[in-house]
Amino acid sequence: MTQQILFYAFAAVLVASALAVITVKNSVHAALCLVLTFFTAASIWILAEAEFLGLALIVVYVGAVMVLFLFVVMMLDIKEEAVREGFIRFLPVGVVVAVVMLAEMLSLIGVRALQAVPLPENPALAAGSNTSWLGKALFTQFLLPFEVAALILTVALIAAVALTLRKRSGVRTQKPGQQVLVQRDERLRVVKMASEAPSTGESA
Amino acid sequence: MDSLIALLNNFIASWPNLSLVIGLILLPLLPLIISVAMYVWWERKVIGWMHVRLGPNQIGPLGLAQAFADVFKLLFKEITVPEKASRFLFYLAPLLALTPAMAAWAVVPIGNRMAWSNANAGLLYLLAMTSLGVYGIILAGWASNSKYAFLGAMRSAAQVVSYEIAMGMALVSVLILCGSLNLSDIVNAQAGSKGLFEWFWLPLAPMFVIYFISGVAETNRAPFDVAEGESEIVAGFHVEYSGSAFAIFFLAEYANMILVAFLSSVLFLGGWLSPFQGWHLGPLSAPGWWWLFAKAFGMAFLFLWFRATFPRYRYDQIMRLGWKVFIPITIAWIFVAGCLAFFGGVTIGPGVNP
Repeated sequence: MTQQILFYAFAAVLVASALAVITVKNSVHAALCLVLTFFTAASIWILAEAEFLGLALIVVYVGAVMVLFLFVVMMLDIKEEAVREGFIRFLPVGVVVAVVMLAEMLSLIGVRALQAVPLPENPALAAGSNTSWLGKALFTQFLLPFEVAALILTVALIAAVALTLRKRSGVRTQKPGQQVLVQRDERLRVVKMASEAPSTGESA
Repeated sequence: MDSLIALLNNFIASWPNLSLVIGLILLPLLPLIISVAMYVWWERKVIGWMHVRLGPNQIGPLGLAQAFADVFKLLFKEITVPEKASRFLFYLAPLLALTPAMAAWAVVPIGNRMAWSNANAGLLYLLAMTSLGVYGIILAGWASNSKYAFLGAMRSAAQVVSYEIAMGMALVSVLILCGSLNLSDIVNAQAGSKGLFEWFWLPLAPMFVIYFISGVAETNRAPFDVAEGESEIVAGFHVEYSGSAFAIFFLAEYANMILVAFLSSVLFLGGWLSPFQGWHLGPLSAPGWWWLFAKAFGMAFLFLWFRATFPRYRYDQIMRLGWKVFIPITIAWIFVAGCLAFFGGVTIGPGVNP
């Protein structure tokens, strides 16, 4: 009962914040609304006893991806007028893309919904913990797809680094390896001097 | 419609229960806030002694009331909002820093299954909560409409995201050894007959060090406190905050420090288990919350010791340490931990439900 109320509350927040992402003018506010959307989605998943997925969503998307996203958005100097400029011009294209996506999603989800058994037995509940069930499924039944996905992500990561990495001339960088290896004798010279009597002050 | 009204009535009927739950949720927060105040006093005392000075000694016996005097001073001070600051986010930022710092305490056990939530995914929950705290800092920097605050926020964001990876990897190695995300299970896995040599600090020694150092970096404490960096950017992300809004940032930072101290005790130092477990020393070998608190106190002392000892890292050194030193070590040690678990190099104590 409380779960239903919580679900509708979370769902309302989710829809409202998702709408805000595309309607608010300030891009930082939009990014923050996206954070709220992710967080509420995670809450709904946890409500549905998929705690691993919900927490992973928070750790990965809210905790890391959106932080970097905000990082970039805050640094950009975005003029609001420039962003709004092409709205009417690109509206037809946007509408076509949205309608196609909606049709695809409806056909996929609709077909699934027709075949679905109402309230099927949750395999995770039978195995005890959702997390350990997911782990066992991933590392036994779906090991090959899992490893392939990991490999693709690694390749994408290395490609992204390789694309942005460029050698620039005339840049001074510190080499910590050499800095650590510095010996005292390279920087410091101790000079032995005969002691002198302090000057009387008048001559100075 | 009728069902909706019934739903609502049921909800209202559950209020007494709900208020009890809310009261229980608030119960651990009061000791936490008081321990933050005492920790601040202890920090100033310890650093004073290490600098060969007295530290606070005027208000109350041994200066003990100094922390409370500071709290009241901060509460009565005016909060000034900079011109053209984003007011809503300016006020929201301290709360965003504080809420995850307090929410994380829900799963910290002080005895076997003695936590507000004995969640199965406790460790993951902790990782999620500690990763949220950075929003308070970023938003404070952005909403202040100040270059210094913004620079501090940028530094903090990059630093926290970098060290989170090493921290997460260190946690993964703990998971590999004990096979559970539940914090009580993690402590139970460290039970045995060989005293403190049963704990995870021994097989995971590099991970223990990395976890704690990453914790220091995540909480933006010296020597990783470039987010505040007084010498370059005044006070970093909270330069525009005053009064109680600043106090909330302060509270969140210290609550996070105490949390890291408790977690490193739970994950690597056997939590509430006695260091003399299995050695038949009578009450000395018995487990109890006092062991956990003693260990956490020791770890919390390390934060202060670091602050009094090390000069601040340069920013590129921080990034190098995180990405080029810690992350490779953690990846290598996860492999070692996997071998230890697979070939039975570590004995897992009883009472773990895999």
